[in-house]
Amino acid sequence: MATTYQRDDYLDSTAEFTDNIEKRETLGKVFEILFLIGLLIGLFVLALLLFDIFRDGLARFLSPGFLTETPSRFPDEGGIRPAIISSIILGIVVIVVTVPIGVGAALYLEEYAPRNWWTAIIEINISNLAGVPSIVYGLLGLGVFNYLLGFGPALISGALTLSLLSLPVIIVTAREAIRAVPNSLRYASYGLGATKWKTISSHVIPYAIPGILTGVIISISRAIGDAASLIVVGAVGFLTFNPGLFQRFMALPIQIYSYITRPEPGFANAAAATIIALLLLILALNGVAIYIRQRFTIH
Amino acid sequence: MQNINPRDDSYQSFRQSLEKNASDDIVEKLIGIILFACALVSVFTTFGIVLIIFKEAFGFFQKVSFAQFFLDTKWTPLFAEQHFGVWPLINGTLLTTAIAMAVAIPLGLSSAIYLSEYAQPKVAAILRPAVELLAGIPTVVYGYFALLFVTPLLRNVLPLELFNALSAGLMMGVMITPTVGSISLDAIQAVPRSLREGAYALGITKLESIFRVVLPAALSGIIASIILGISRAVGETMTVVIAAGQQPKLTINFAESVETMTAYMAQISGGDSPRGSLNFQTLYAVGALLFLITLALNIISYWVANRFKEKYD
Repeated sequence: MATTYQRDDYLDSTAEFTDNIEKRETLGKVFEILFLIGLLIGLFVLALLLFDIFRDGLARFLSPGFLTETPSRFPDEGGIRPAIISSIILGIVVIVVTVPIGVGAALYLEEYAPRNWWTAIIEINISNLAGVPSIVYGLLGLGVFNYLLGFGPALISGALTLSLLSLPVIIVTAREAIRAVPNSLRYASYGLGATKWKTISSHVIPYAIPGILTGVIISISRAIGDAASLIVVGAVGFLTFNPGLFQRFMALPIQIYSYITRPEPGFANAAAATIIALLLLILALNGVAIYIRQRFTIH
Repeated sequence: MQNINPRDDSYQSFRQSLEKNASDDIVEKLIGIILFACALVSVFTTFGIVLIIFKEAFGFFQKVSFAQFFLDTKWTPLFAEQHFGVWPLINGTLLTTAIAMAVAIPLGLSSAIYLSEYAQPKVAAILRPAVELLAGIPTVVYGYFALLFVTPLLRNVLPLELFNALSAGLMMGVMITPTVGSISLDAIQAVPRSLREGAYALGITKLESIFRVVLPAALSGIIASIILGISRAVGETMTVVIAAGQQPKLTINFAESVETMTAYMAQISGGDSPRGSLNFQTLYAVGALLFLITLALNIISYWVANRFKEKYD
């Protein structure tokens, strides 16, 4: 079918119109491949990064005593036990502090809050807090926990700082989970004479638990991997004892940073080995979360 | 239906449960108040950040004038001859952020376009979380990789310093790719099918529908995702501390060592500056600037996402 286009009839649209369909489809194929390459570059870097870290650190990671001994001045000796224990305590405190407060705040905003300017302020405020850099939370922690409350550069200061850092993510994801609970469940509960809190505690929360847990794990993983805020609060790069709540502390990311900044070459391997430990800890957390999610999902 | 007999046992227990509910009312109110208090924690967090940062920053600006801070071109608070010009730190932040965005924008957008427009749903369901894994890797790990893998690799072809803006920026870009990609993907998927189908009906190819219809329709979400990515890059600390170095200077040469605002903050925290000293206060002065920049970016991103959101209902 021969078609002629009059430039004068459709000034703008035909000026850029070409009916060479083969050429246009070929260009389409080229771009499809470009988009795919763009996607794969990220995955390739991820694979390369993991490969590099395991190549550098696996031998050191598997060397006897690496997970159970205290650090040493020599790169091939000693271990990272104080860092592991610090990170685990930090994670536990963050969970204990943030889960009730975060879920409570989410429940308030979804189930109780009136739609007014005051609620809007709280909402905008939470989404802003989610974007505040971790190192700025460090400044907050230094001011409030170290100085105002007088804890000093102790594990509890670091843990509470990480808790504040984690809260916005937990609140946002918990809200989404609570919002996804069908209203019919609430009405059924009210219809049986349950009070508001009984409806929430026996229907809304159990139904929303898988979603809430996802948010908790995402933010705990972020907290356990965070170093910037802990540097400001006063984590140390070298610790020879298992820290208590009110003692000087470190953490796995701090241990990694401390190893990287040492000049002797062997410390790079120790850093990579510590990274393996950190990644395994995060992986284990996510595994637990996936298990609990499947266990508690209500079909 | 039974008639209710006031002397009946079941009526008694029904009444008891009603009375119990009434007494529960106090508990109900109390729970409402407790939950409200939980929500207030976030408000106090913001107040805490603002009060503490600006109180210490105020102390700084009583000793160092705004003019010195914003007009001087040297940042040497730790030297004998002290200068407090913040521009070298801003320069380092801008340089690494620009490199990061040069990576994150094309990678993030092409991931989003591919996952939404080309990939089979089953494939996309696997690839999307895989790409998002990049955001779950601790940033100190990116620092390690930038310093000990990327820099040595690039030094084979480029005359890079051991610490340089390029490696740090590149890895930061990979790290931020999921931020740009995820939010863009949501925006692209929110574009209704009918728009694409209308375009196809006019004889347009798939690629043309992406560039002429889908991306313009999703533009607000894409811009919001990019601004949020910039905010992430500006606030990122560990990658630049480890791989970009600690030399505050005014340069656009990505092969050189620079110092970002966050890297300076980490550096001064690691040292033991006594509280109330000028060095201690520089931490808060730079922190206040960082906080204001990221806050502005977050607000603009939020505003763009809402202001230009197309309504398709």
